[in-house]
Amino acid sequence: MMSLFNLHKDSFKHGIHPPESKDDTSGLPIRQFPFAPVIILPMAQHIGTPSEIVVREGQEVQRGQLLAKANGYVSVSMHAPVSGKVCKIANVPTISGKMSLGIYLEAFPFSTQEVLEGNPIDPDTATPEEILQGIQDAGIVGLGGAAFPTHVKLKIPEGKTCETLIINGVECEPYLTTDHRVMLEQENDIFTGIKYLLKATGAKKAIIGIEANKQDAADHLSKHMPKGLPIAVKVLPVKYPQGAEKMLITSILGKEIPSGKLPIEAGAVVVNVATTAEIGRLLPHGRGIQERVITITGPGVKKKGNYLIPVGTPLRYVLEQVGVDQEISEVYMGGPMMGMAVSNLDISIVKGTSGILVFTKKDVDRSTTIYPCIKCGACVDACPILLNPSKLGILAKFEAYDEMASDYNLMDCFECGSCTYVCPSHIPLVQYFRSAKRIVRKREADKKEKVHA
Amino acid sequence: MLRKTLHISTSPHINSGKSTEQIMKNVVWALLPVVFFSIYSFGLNALLVIATATFASVLTEHVLCKLSKKKTTVGDYSAVITGLLLGLTLPPSFPLWMAFIGGIIGIALGKYIFGGLGYNVFNPALVARAVLQAAFPVAITTWHPAFLTDRFSTVASSVFTWPFMEPKFDVISGATPLSAFKFDGVTTSTVELALGQISGSAGETSAVIIILGGLYLIARNMMNWRIPAAVLLSAFVLSGALFLINSEIYPSPWFMLFSGGLMLGAVFMATDMVSSPITPLGLWVYGGIIGILTIVIRVWGGLSEGVMYSILLANAISPHIDSVIKNRVYGTKRKMKAA
Repeated sequence: MMSLFNLHKDSFKHGIHPPESKDDTSGLPIRQFPFAPVIILPMAQHIGTPSEIVVREGQEVQRGQLLAKANGYVSVSMHAPVSGKVCKIANVPTISGKMSLGIYLEAFPFSTQEVLEGNPIDPDTATPEEILQGIQDAGIVGLGGAAFPTHVKLKIPEGKTCETLIINGVECEPYLTTDHRVMLEQENDIFTGIKYLLKATGAKKAIIGIEANKQDAADHLSKHMPKGLPIAVKVLPVKYPQGAEKMLITSILGKEIPSGKLPIEAGAVVVNVATTAEIGRLLPHGRGIQERVITITGPGVKKKGNYLIPVGTPLRYVLEQVGVDQEISEVYMGGPMMGMAVSNLDISIVKGTSGILVFTKKDVDRSTTIYPCIKCGACVDACPILLNPSKLGILAKFEAYDEMASDYNLMDCFECGSCTYVCPSHIPLVQYFRSAKRIVRKREADKKEKVHA
Repeated sequence: MLRKTLHISTSPHINSGKSTEQIMKNVVWALLPVVFFSIYSFGLNALLVIATATFASVLTEHVLCKLSKKKTTVGDYSAVITGLLLGLTLPPSFPLWMAFIGGIIGIALGKYIFGGLGYNVFNPALVARAVLQAAFPVAITTWHPAFLTDRFSTVASSVFTWPFMEPKFDVISGATPLSAFKFDGVTTSTVELALGQISGSAGETSAVIIILGGLYLIARNMMNWRIPAAVLLSAFVLSGALFLINSEIYPSPWFMLFSGGLMLGAVFMATDMVSSPITPLGLWVYGGIIGILTIVIRVWGGLSEGVMYSILLANAISPHIDSVIKNRVYGTKRKMKAA
């Protein structure tokens, strides 16, 4: 039925319309969060190699000082979010359940918390390489949630050219309003960031993609647009998962990214809008990331809002500050569609935390029965990659993982969860696909090993 | 200090709130007006036949679940749909014991033997009807006239035939519009057909009410509009072409659309999600096959009606349609691969 109306040119095919649930926080300005008495910084908080610690226990550090350096190319630096003392270097829990080496930083209660400056990078005179280095040194990773080191993404491979820089202000996850507030309040940082990014990628123009439910942000950016920069704002129809790179490129450029390839195949690089603002704010001062904007919301939160929270702030401290319902049952980091459930309140806020969602017992319905697949096709109509989740689900049940990958393009699934969202039989489709993908990857790695042995 | 035991679950953490049970319930709601109109035009006979078929279906589902020591699945309403549909495809004065057997066969052989809901290859109601047609060829083609004045006070004697006894039909209407056309060359006006002032199976009479039920389900996104569209369109195009070639022999396409079980079949039976393909193009092919086969059987076959066999045949090839016609996956070229 939906495809009748999907002929709209400014959007990708399929997708879903979950309730947006953004009204509670979209009107609330960003507020500074207090410093926790102890900040706990895991070194593994981005995709790639964990950062390498360069301070020792007992050392006093100033806010903004380098605590850990990038360990290899796919890695970034980490800076002190607060002035204080390194009281312990030990394993700390992370959201995945694995432990990671981390730093316990005791904040000085009476410090002015002034931020240390480093080598400023001038967007007009710096070379693309210098900008990329600056981005890595500032510890910048994708703030939309993926936490992939931004400088790696910006490096244009030999023989390819970047035509368009796409700034992702879509924020299609329900509940989250961080990017929305950043666009309304940090326009100058965003424009400065774009200046750096245009230089680094060699792109001729930048397009800021914003969904129609944030028209005010689009108007605000258009109004304050500096003269002489090739930036356009494009308002897109509201649809999940438009914030996914592939979908956003298709919505804006009308091109598809070939299976298994990167956005550069379509001549595009996509950077999240909050990441862009962070680049624009940090690079002129040579600073590193110390804090980020996080939406704290959900039915179980008392003081909902958009907060600027120091990286490494323990989740327990955050929830105590905003106050939560007695009946809290589940806490998610990120949005409700792709966010991860928290098993342990001792984990910390990391660079990739875009939202904290608290659901109470009555918001989480666990009583639903799983029915057999009735082949209603709702998942087929929802999948933005145009897969057949129904068939994939049946194959997963029979553990036919190889067939899923070879005949039904399992590996193209990017786990947006639209299929599970719409399934009337409540079959955990995307959950099946996640494990199936892991198994297929492992089998392939094993095969390679055998060939080499 | 905040101390809480948290539940963990994997994303997505929200869902659309739709359920299979809700879809099935809505199909039942959409069928009820058809059932009521059938009772209105055929009286107590239709009520008894439909009620018996539905009761037998639900009872069979329940008993089979208990026998295989599973939780009963009658709560998902799919057995109710099978029963109602079967009842609607039977002549209103059909002996109840035969209808009861039909209900048992539909669930047991049409659905449960394949593994229950979601696994049936054929539409269970049509499996039952096909068996009844083979077993009781006379009873299933003996039609009862609509709008008899005493329809709410008397019941045709055939209805209460003793099990395994030959039924005696007291009031026999001449023919359905289709058999009248096929064997006597008499056509019925489209308006009469659309409004249901005709004889026929209990539920194949008022096209207008059937279409309204279908529109309701389409509007609620609980039925794929492509199937009825493809069935009706292909039937219309083929019969229209024949009509243009020779309007002396072939009836008008409107007559074809509104007569017999085509409307009920296109809207409520071909659309059984389980036994139809899943991709949009696959659905068009599937619907097209049903529409064309129906007209072919009606025009050139030995039977006056062909909807049931067309749908059953299309059900049989529907898994093959799915393995040949796949969606073009994002970022790839169209993929056609026979599995």
